[in-house]
Amino acid sequence: MNIYDMTIHQLHDLLKTKQISAVEAAKDLLARIETVEPLIGSFITVTPEQALAGAEAADRRIAAGNMDLLTGIPLAVKDIFLTEGIRTTCGSRILENFIPPYSATSWEKLLDRGAVLLGKLNQDEFAMGSSNESSAYGTCRNPWDTTRIPGGSSGGSAAAIAARQATATLGTDTGGSIRQPASHCGCVGLKPTYGRVSRYGVIAYASSLDQVGPLTRDVIDCAIMLGALAGHDPKDSTSVDTPVPDYVSALTGDIKGIKIGLPKEYFISGLDPDVQKAMDAAIETYQRLGAEFIDVSLPHTDYAVATYYLIATAEASSNLARYDGVRFGHRAKEAASLLDMYVQSRSEGFGTEVKRRIMLGTYALSSGYYDAYYVKAQKVRTLIMNDFIKAFNDVDVMLTPVAPTPAFKISEKINDPLQMYLSDIFTIPVNLAGTCAMSLPAGFSADGLPIGVQLIGKPFGEETILRAGYAFEQATDWHKASASL
Amino acid sequence: MSVTVADVEHVARLARLGLNPDQKELFACQMSAILGYVEKLKELDTEGITPTSHAVPMENVFREDVEKMPMGVVKALSNAPQRSGSFFNVPKVIE
Repeated sequence: MNIYDMTIHQLHDLLKTKQISAVEAAKDLLARIETVEPLIGSFITVTPEQALAGAEAADRRIAAGNMDLLTGIPLAVKDIFLTEGIRTTCGSRILENFIPPYSATSWEKLLDRGAVLLGKLNQDEFAMGSSNESSAYGTCRNPWDTTRIPGGSSGGSAAAIAARQATATLGTDTGGSIRQPASHCGCVGLKPTYGRVSRYGVIAYASSLDQVGPLTRDVIDCAIMLGALAGHDPKDSTSVDTPVPDYVSALTGDIKGIKIGLPKEYFISGLDPDVQKAMDAAIETYQRLGAEFIDVSLPHTDYAVATYYLIATAEASSNLARYDGVRFGHRAKEAASLLDMYVQSRSEGFGTEVKRRIMLGTYALSSGYYDAYYVKAQKVRTLIMNDFIKAFNDVDVMLTPVAPTPAFKISEKINDPLQMYLSDIFTIPVNLAGTCAMSLPAGFSADGLPIGVQLIGKPFGEETILRAGYAFEQATDWHKASASL
Repeated sequence: MSVTVADVEHVARLARLGLNPDQKELFACQMSAILGYVEKLKELDTEGITPTSHAVPMENVFREDVEKMPMGVVKALSNAPQRSGSFFNVPKVIE
């Protein structure tokens, strides 16, 4: 088995028994990145110096007997996470030369455990997109079919796992940006409950929806990563101060009697037949494992995309006001006045999708429209949250598709933003409700494209979806398949 | 819902964005389509529903007011597009 094919727990066992060193592991992954990167484009910045220095430090730590599950594990993070001293672009030209003076708490937590940084991953600009095509740093391709998108916005985070360029990665999820690319690239992706993981040092898109989470090769790795990431951070007042359970020990393999809800609104007529097939097979697997299925209803599902694109764009228009060319980021050269400098710097620095969302959000917040659009959307958000609360009275988790279709072709939806937005229909409601959900590899289309299914949990119910995901994984082989490159 | 080029120009001014004529046409058309789609929210009666601004019920978060070392001027200014000494430079604001 190649080092680059291994999971965190497999690599940990070899590092612990000194069969390989962290430096060897880092070099193996760096060589793999060099080989396949021209085909995929997962990275915006590769950091070989940091990787080797980090691996040497990890080897010293292992020799001293002070080892953690993540010590010496080569990881890569979406370029939305601030990394002190390492360029962080968020996929945008406006941050082309931005060197953060501090690091994101989530990345620092992994670093403290001895994880090794391979680089910063490609993404949609400011995490706005479902295909990675809005990145200012080139196309990222799906390793299973390089004519297709890897999904977005954490496209690089999913593609890097499928292309075996990192053992695990970090992404962010505002409307499905971890789960949808995980589904399209055949990996495990978890969006934790809002408040479970600190957002400090993560470049903001829509602050009431953004959440940090891991993308991994299997559910054990996902539990390991979540255990390292979760917890209260005094630097993020929206992070919640509740105890962090031992997620790995939740993986018992036993789910007999678990109640799984099937929300009827998620099984629409337009669902791709291959996705439907994967769903049917997943239901059968869970029945064999002793789960009880219950039909539930999330009646406001059909309003989620509209609600999301008002709330997210409104928050984005406010969050992105900070890019004014004054303190950091791109500044237009020739501006004569302060106002010209703002307008020109922003117009030169932002790409089309970001401008479109700032425009929509500004419109929704503007005088005369605020109540009709923004407040209305916030009220519908309440209805959507109530749907989830009600459904979870009867079930432990819900099982749904992640995306209505497998990965689409590059350029297929780029000129029709509304069609692009509608591809997030099954992931967006979870962000609006603030709860947790995970994408699990669950099959392939007739064309050989990965298909994921989504397990939705109660708020702070990560243990339950991880347990259910692990049981599924033990009963299937989908997560073991690898893309041939 | 129809968004005109004049609407686009007004919103662009508020958002501090400069758009060329093609972009204005494109955004007018795309924003009309997207806002047309979100009209469907009007189907729902939301009378008396409390708006949600935050998914997790939380009260104000307080912390002890303790002295701490700040980041420092050198670090804080390290990404400044233009600076002089410990200040950010910007084009002249007052004539």
